[in-house]
Amino acid sequence: MDLTALLLSRLQFAFTVSFHIIFPSFTIGLAAWLTVLEALHLATGRPAYRMVFEFWLKIFGVAFGLGVVSGIVMAFEFGTNWSVLSKMSGPIQGPLLSYETFTAFMLEATFFGVLIFGRSRVPAWFYLFSTAMVALGTTFSAFWIMVNNSWMQVPVGYVMDHGVAVPNDWVKIIFSPVVWVRFPHMLLAAYLTGAFCVAATGAWYMLRGRSVAEAGIMLRMGLWLAAVLIPVQLIFGHFNGEYVVHYQPSKMAAIEARWHSEKPAGEVLLAWPDVTQRRNLFAVTLPAPFGSLIDSDSLDAAEVGFDSIPQSDWPPVAIPFFSFRIMVGCGIAMLALAWIGSYLNAKGRLDQNRILLWLTFCSFPLPFIATLTGWFTAEVGRQPWTVYGVLRTADAMTPFLTTRAATISLVVFCAVYVFIFAFGTLYIYRLLRGGPVGPLVLPPSAAVPNRPMSLADQRPASGLGHHVPGE
Amino acid sequence: MVTYWALLLAVSILLYVLLDGFDLGVGMLFGLARSDERRDAMLSAVAPIWDGNETWLVVTGVILWGAFPVVYATLLPAFYLPLLVMLAGLILRGVAFEFRHKAEWARRVWDWSFAGGSFAATFIQGVTVGALVEGLPIENGQYTGGDFGWFSPFAALCGVALCLGYALLGACWLVKKCETEVRDIAWRQIPFLAVGVLASLVIVFIFALAENLPLVHRWIERPYLFVFPAIGAAAAVVLADSVRRRRDAWPFYMVALIFASAFGTLAISFWPYMIPGAITIDEAAAPHSSLTFMFWGAGLFVFPLMLIYTVISYHVFRGKVRTTASNY
Repeated sequence: MDLTALLLSRLQFAFTVSFHIIFPSFTIGLAAWLTVLEALHLATGRPAYRMVFEFWLKIFGVAFGLGVVSGIVMAFEFGTNWSVLSKMSGPIQGPLLSYETFTAFMLEATFFGVLIFGRSRVPAWFYLFSTAMVALGTTFSAFWIMVNNSWMQVPVGYVMDHGVAVPNDWVKIIFSPVVWVRFPHMLLAAYLTGAFCVAATGAWYMLRGRSVAEAGIMLRMGLWLAAVLIPVQLIFGHFNGEYVVHYQPSKMAAIEARWHSEKPAGEVLLAWPDVTQRRNLFAVTLPAPFGSLIDSDSLDAAEVGFDSIPQSDWPPVAIPFFSFRIMVGCGIAMLALAWIGSYLNAKGRLDQNRILLWLTFCSFPLPFIATLTGWFTAEVGRQPWTVYGVLRTADAMTPFLTTRAATISLVVFCAVYVFIFAFGTLYIYRLLRGGPVGPLVLPPSAAVPNRPMSLADQRPASGLGHHVPGE
Repeated sequence: MVTYWALLLAVSILLYVLLDGFDLGVGMLFGLARSDERRDAMLSAVAPIWDGNETWLVVTGVILWGAFPVVYATLLPAFYLPLLVMLAGLILRGVAFEFRHKAEWARRVWDWSFAGGSFAATFIQGVTVGALVEGLPIENGQYTGGDFGWFSPFAALCGVALCLGYALLGACWLVKKCETEVRDIAWRQIPFLAVGVLASLVIVFIFALAENLPLVHRWIERPYLFVFPAIGAAAAVVLADSVRRRRDAWPFYMVALIFASAFGTLAISFWPYMIPGAITIDEAAAPHSSLTFMFWGAGLFVFPLMLIYTVISYHVFRGKVRTTASNY
């Protein structure tokens, strides 16, 4: 076992999977929203909906492409770097990821092609259907990934046989309560990401006084959706905490920086956890029973601290502790923004309130940060286990992986990802800066079969300030 | 159940080779195209369908993991560095589809990444097949070859052969999908590529005989295997005829048939091994409970659905692509 190779492999997995999740968390929400827009356009015939649709479709295309290529890496990385895990949990994780690929990827790939290239080749209802199928595909994908990851968090429905996890109850694996609080949590996170990106873009155009009709649709729909969903998300976040308390006491101890078991327990709001001295520096705390109330909905529940857990089973404390707080902070900031924005909108004062428009514009990184830090909490908090309580990360790695190979792959992945991320961001920025302008294809009813669509190879930066006729 | 999944694995690999084969081939020929208009037309001929094609690689990967985890856990780390190159290649060519039309000064970068990425991915796929045919150093179910144990002149030869093969498939696709210049150039490339593929197949065969590879013995044990080369040869004759008569639709199907027969030969000469000489299909299979769970949903219902999706996308994008205004 090569310890450097282990560290490098962990860094590589963390880097590639974090890079990857950025794009699905954006496209899952966006796909659902595109479906709504296309349906609204078909129902009302209002051109602005179509304009907004075409505009976001282009951005969706870039983000989806980055998600696809970075996702293929994940399908191989389990095997290349974590072959012991692959062999041990293959009978469970393999079928789950097979279901993901079978139910989601081919659906997405096929109908994504129709979405981008097929507007003039298919009837309007089929185009709407294709949009819905892409959205459904992204949702399926998220579902199976959450089933898979939840099994690694809380393994159920299997027996160990000669070092291999043999599934004996798939109903338990798929309908594990852990799945059904984590999947909605992730799905809501994706919808919020989409909502805030759309609202921020609308706020930006509003501030610059351009494409006002489209900007209004983006801003209002985004903020309104967020205002409704964030409270639900907070509730599901709380449910997530309950499964952690129940099944993963060491993760909860790290999230709360709780060094001693307490009954009832206090709550650390902010601190610098010092692992060597096993105490918190500069701690801001709430007294008992707030910790028990938050973690267990109880005034006198006992909460597990690190003193009841062998140190060899401790996760790193600081990462889950801080990333959890950053996630919650982002959530509360988004809640405030969405509620104030929706209130001002109801009063008809949103469009003139430049401060709130600026804040909304600047808010687009918040959902991404919240999603990433949420995953950091879940994944780092699970350490030192890869499959909680069953397989340690240190034992999961490919035994013959060399430091040289692991270094090369980490460097190559970093270089390639930074390269494509830089250009991807640049192109998305250019599309955003260009705004929802430019020639549209003819309405689908007038489409000529077999003629590829002629939408928009226009330079996005050119031709500012077109307004849709009739708006 | 084991046989069913072995069969589905074989079908997925074959579909991947045929489908992504032609778009990787178009990618390599793209590197040879000299004008922007030609490149645009070539890209348009594969842009709506490449993502689905590449998905068959992921399908192969997950069937391997779900149904044959031992093989997944043995082969992937054995091919650590080559897979890295393949993935980097697939990433760079994949983003080129999205990025190229949005680029201003960087268009050249994406032209190169599309051609170079296609070439790298194809070459590596050939190398892995070659290394498997030759036999990987595996002891007690564990790969022992180190970082470069997969490499050999034979594997490299297979890499080159597959590049020629995919390029041939790509040229035939362009003939089928394009018009004017692009088609004419592809027509001129086909004879050279076909001869190249044929020559490299002969060299591979002689090499295999000379090295006395264990796989060759299966040919002597199972003479019925020669039915595949016979089908391939017949397809080659039809191919030559359709090239002479310039019949756009035919060459692609004939080359696909040649590929299928080569694949059939290989698959049956591997059998019952999955990693030749080391792990058999039965040894590699996942527990029964995994295979049946996959069978009753994914295998029986969703796999046919995936085939239907594939048919839908090829149906929607049937016919020739026009070279004008086909971007988005």
